[in-house]
Amino acid sequence: MYRYDDFDRQLVLERTEQFRGQVARRLSGELTEDQFRPLRLMNGVYLQLHAYMLRVAVPYGTLSGAQLRQLGYIARKYDKGYGHFTTRQNIQYNWPKLAELPDALLDLARVEMHAIQTSGNCIRNTTTDQYAGAAADEIEDPRPYCELIRQWSTFHPEFTYLPRKFKIAVTGAPNDRAAVRVHDIGLRMHQNAEGETGFEVIVGGGLGRTPFVGKTIRDFIGKNDLFSYLEATLRVYNRFGRRDNKYKARIKILVHEIGAEEMARLVEEEWAQIKDGSLKVSDAEIAQYIAQFAPPSFETLPDDDAEFARRKVENPGFAAWVRSNVVAHKQPGYAIANVSLKPIGGIPGDATADQMERVADLADQYSFGDVRVTHEQNLVLPHVKKADLFSLWAELSNAGLATANLGYVTDIIACPGLDYCALATARSIPLSQRISERFGDLDRQHHIGELKIKISGCINACGHHHVGHIGILGLDKRGKEFYQITLGGDASENAAIGKIVGAGFSEAEVVDAIEAIVTRYLEIRDAGERFIDTYRRVGTDPFKEVLYGDR
Amino acid sequence: MAIVKHDTVIDNDWITLDAEGDLPAGDVNIIVPLDRWKAEQDSLKGRNGGVGVLLVPGDAPEDIAADLDRLALIAIRFPAYTDGRGYSYARVLRERYGFAGEIRAVGDVLRDQILNMHRCGFDAFDLKDDADTALAKVRAAMAEMTVYYQPTGDGRATAGSLRERRRAGQVG
Ligand code: SF4
Repeated sequence: MYRYDDFDRQLVLERTEQFRGQVARRLSGELTEDQFRPLRLMNGVYLQLHAYMLRVAVPYGTLSGAQLRQLGYIARKYDKGYGHFTTRQNIQYNWPKLAELPDALLDLARVEMHAIQTSGNCIRNTTTDQYAGAAADEIEDPRPYCELIRQWSTFHPEFTYLPRKFKIAVTGAPNDRAAVRVHDIGLRMHQNAEGETGFEVIVGGGLGRTPFVGKTIRDFIGKNDLFSYLEATLRVYNRFGRRDNKYKARIKILVHEIGAEEMARLVEEEWAQIKDGSLKVSDAEIAQYIAQFAPPSFETLPDDDAEFARRKVENPGFAAWVRSNVVAHKQPGYAIANVSLKPIGGIPGDATADQMERVADLADQYSFGDVRVTHEQNLVLPHVKKADLFSLWAELSNAGLATANLGYVTDIIACPGLDYCALATARSIPLSQRISERFGDLDRQHHIGELKIKISGCINACGHHHVGHIGILGLDKRGKEFYQITLGGDASENAAIGKIVGAGFSEAEVVDAIEAIVTRYLEIRDAGERFIDTYRRVGTDPFKEVLYGDR
Repeated sequence: MAIVKHDTVIDNDWITLDAEGDLPAGDVNIIVPLDRWKAEQDSLKGRNGGVGVLLVPGDAPEDIAADLDRLALIAIRFPAYTDGRGYSYARVLRERYGFAGEIRAVGDVLRDQILNMHRCGFDAFDLKDDADTALAKVRAAMAEMTVYYQPTGDGRATAGSLRERRRAGQVG
């Protein structure tokens, strides 16, 4: 895991002091709210419906046990005892007081964390595969490159006032768990014909009101050249991205308007000018970063553990959790354990201070002090011995953290919606709770299999509804909430934008509508088909039929 | 209004001209919009006074790449501080074309952007403050951060290069 050195620490402390001065100027009235706004936004402080909100960066979704414990402490001290993990692998606090924010940031800095660039038209926190460094299907650990991107993008002097916010995602595995095709830049690691590892560069993906799957502008860029290539791409965007209309300012619109080929040409032209400059990163420097993310000291173990097998037979609850929440690890005898933050009827992504501290302790005890945040708003303990899984599960159960629903219909992504967000047109949290309750029965969920429901409270699509197998968008129709359903979205390596199935549903109807869709799927699925497979085979018609009949 | 350059307040001895209109006397320093430079450069080059060009967002710094040895000053306008195109223009002029004259930030130039501008190659800042306030703001802004991750053409050592140096020191 990357540890700050004195340079990183100094930078964050200077930033914290700078913000303390700005808050003091605001509280004394020297700064108006208007003048303070851009300054607080650059430190992750938003003004929500009811209070300020602080968004803390979790770089590429990686936390140490100590960091997660501190996040719990901050939830208790500065908030109402909980925090909310977001689809960008960050955490948000919904109730901090302005005067206390500088102290909260200082408490974050103590564990090498900050809220820099979690807002504003700059390069945001880089996201990646939550199983990085652990996944059995991984080509290479993407985190060293994510850390280099973090440093390159932090206070980048040229790219702090881009046309719009900018999000980069990286995957080191062929099974894309980082949704790289729906980011401003997606980097997919792969090997070229010469056997070198590098990145496919995908540009212009995104959700929001005009969703696009990104286009590949370069099939392969070597590791040493990655940063000059990113700089060239950002420079083209900074210069030529639209600034006349904030809804057309994302890079996806530029790519759409000039075409992927022209975009590639502009980037290549720019890159040719800077590729041999000081952004070229040497193998030696890359090696330094790879060493920082060296695998923990795994024991040499047989892959099968007799005790683990026996526990599964004896305890169906444990077996169910293993089936849904435990994923193959690259190291024999180890497994990846997902900690669901989607209890039946709960608020997706919320965790109490106690739960954060509990998971932090369990990470220290069972997972080399390593915790991940997923873009699907869950937590992960990436390196657990199979022999320890049963004890881990028992302890998670006691803390209400062992819901066996990863990837299932109740593992819902939902944005904060009208309960918190000033931009919302409808509530999303209560709807996700009702769907969760409707499908709460575990056997039924396992029977349905993988099914991703994603809910956004407005067209900005923070809940990623466009890439939900079933997507739900909350809108406002003459003062009443109603919900539009899309089908067939997919955030994986087969990325697709969902199609609107038909007229929207009222708050009272929408859960029945979801159930009708699921029931239909169960009737028509072929053996082994997931919902998304069936949808791809049959299209929207069979679902329209049950939803609208002859309407 | 005050212009701060190289840690001091300087007199503005340049006149900024519009797209059209008469030229002042030949020994007066003038800044002209890019289009005017393109249209009238043959006559402008013969003037005794200095000539500078004003770039606004949307202009291409490449258009003056061949003329840089004739230009003493390039002004880059920020119509609003949120329009960041000028940062790229300055870097292209300094780092790609090696422009060594003054690059002046004009328009919505505020304290909180000055350090970034300086890192991108601006060396003069036209602020809407009195001389003392402007100088104090520029000094405070330049001192606020001391760690830099990105290599630009500004001569500041990056964290990466300092780490490298430290490692080399340890080895040798
Ligand atoms: S999708 Fe809309 S309602 Fe939901 S968090 Fe984003 S802006 Fe707010």
